[in-house]
Amino acid sequence: MHELSSEFRDALAALDRLRVETIFQKATLLKPAIQVVEELIVPVMAQLGDEWCSGQVALSQIYMGSRICEELVERTLPSLAPGRKTRPRQAIAVLSDYHMLGKRIVLSTLRTSGLDVLDYGRMEVDELVERVRADDVKILLISTLMLPAALKVKTVRKKLDAAGSRIRIAVGGAPFLFDRQLWQEVGADAMGRNASEAVAIVRRWREEES
Amino acid sequence: MMTPMQRVLTAMGHEEPDRVPVFILTTLHGAKELGLSIRDYFSRAEHIAEGQLRLQQKYRSDCLYAFCYAALELEAFGGETIFIDDGPPNAAAPVLRRGEDIDRLEPPRPGDCAGLNRTLEAIRRLKDRVGDAVPIVGSVIAPFSLPVMQLGFEQYIELLYGDPERFTRLMAVNQRFCVDWANAQLAAGATAIGYDDPLASPTYIPRELYLKTGHRVAMATLAQIKGPTAMHLASGRGLAIADDIVITGASALGVSTLEDLADWKSAVGPRLTLIGNLNGIEMRRWTGADAEREVKQAIAKAGRGGGFILADNHGEIPWQVPDEVLLAIRAAVDRWGRYPLEWIE
Repeated sequence: MHELSSEFRDALAALDRLRVETIFQKATLLKPAIQVVEELIVPVMAQLGDEWCSGQVALSQIYMGSRICEELVERTLPSLAPGRKTRPRQAIAVLSDYHMLGKRIVLSTLRTSGLDVLDYGRMEVDELVERVRADDVKILLISTLMLPAALKVKTVRKKLDAAGSRIRIAVGGAPFLFDRQLWQEVGADAMGRNASEAVAIVRRWREEES
Repeated sequence: MMTPMQRVLTAMGHEEPDRVPVFILTTLHGAKELGLSIRDYFSRAEHIAEGQLRLQQKYRSDCLYAFCYAALELEAFGGETIFIDDGPPNAAAPVLRRGEDIDRLEPPRPGDCAGLNRTLEAIRRLKDRVGDAVPIVGSVIAPFSLPVMQLGFEQYIELLYGDPERFTRLMAVNQRFCVDWANAQLAAGATAIGYDDPLASPTYIPRELYLKTGHRVAMATLAQIKGPTAMHLASGRGLAIADDIVITGASALGVSTLEDLADWKSAVGPRLTLIGNLNGIEMRRWTGADAEREVKQAIAKAGRGGGFILADNHGEIPWQVPDEVLLAIRAAVDRWGRYPLEWIE
């Protein structure tokens, strides 16, 4: 699998759907598809996420690449597709902001990794707090682009704490990348620099819960 | 002592003026100065002009900033703006919802849009007050970046990769509008135009794609703008396209805080003036000592020989940044920005 990684990474960064598919099929001759997802797709997406953080690949490649992988996995492993499992206990939302791209990338990457998630779209603080409580969500991912929206995470945290919720909150988006202390200031439990870090956070928290 | 105009022009000529010029790029702070809500502040040209004049005097900035908010340009295309109490107004829903909308799109005339007219009137008022003593910086969203608001980011990326014909048509429309809007601001009295092109940044699209798309658009657009331009990538990285930016004809570039000013200085030398790169998001919680350290470091990296204007890295200082920090930045420029910069080892 390791030998295919670099080839798969290049095909994905070049957004070459055909090559991505061919390499994936080749890998499934060696291992079950679910293992190929875990050992090839998920690590390569994490690598591309790191490369984006260090300025080596662009967000458009991450977005298009995440969509290609999501489609591939949903087609090959429909059991991982959303709606085929029990109701998820994690949710994602864009808080008080109108910029949805980051959330879309995280959603695709979570789904590719076999993690289903409730997609709340865009919400204001009160609506988000209400939905999270109604759905008994245990892990909340919040995406923001603008600073005022990022600062509102603090109110979400306060309201959920006041309601006795033990939810864990992970945040992501530009303000948190430019100020590495901001996630702590707003009372989040973690910050993901990219979509793959969001996946790692969700997996870690789920393991701790179980 | 030089006037701000003399200081900025000297620095942009890659010579050392009396001190490092500083652009305190505040927009929303004007509303605070006038005791108005952000919506009310932007609703009248006299508010914007008065706010900018007060801010320029308060912070002793070396420019007046005519940029109001990005969604203003979407208003020209029929879009709506959502105002909030503590941050920049946002663009509401995209105006181009289907491919056919692009086929039918025509470039709006800046004079037909009330919001753009307010900005033009504010520029005229500023020019009347300061003449040639203080540069007035206007602003346009690059034709290549405007579709993020016109279509939405996801839809635009998919258009960029998948529909070259409609992309070309959209660029033609946006380019016509952008040139007209930039030249209207120059005619009203703006000294230079900020060409805001975040999507050009390799943070957002790979260089190979930029060279085939946004770079060509920038070359053609800047050639038609009848005044000096400063490209701004709005916090995105740019070093990987430094030489490409130089040949667009832009005179200056806004540098991201994610990149090192010294790397930029050695990459472009006297071919571009660098503007930047204080971290506007962190600035919110800086102490006076933080401000002084950051200012000193930026000047040490890029100040020598001119070709440098100290500013934030995004082209707009957040509403949440307090006066004390901005005044501390300004005081640090007085202390460490006097030429010759003999304190730099």
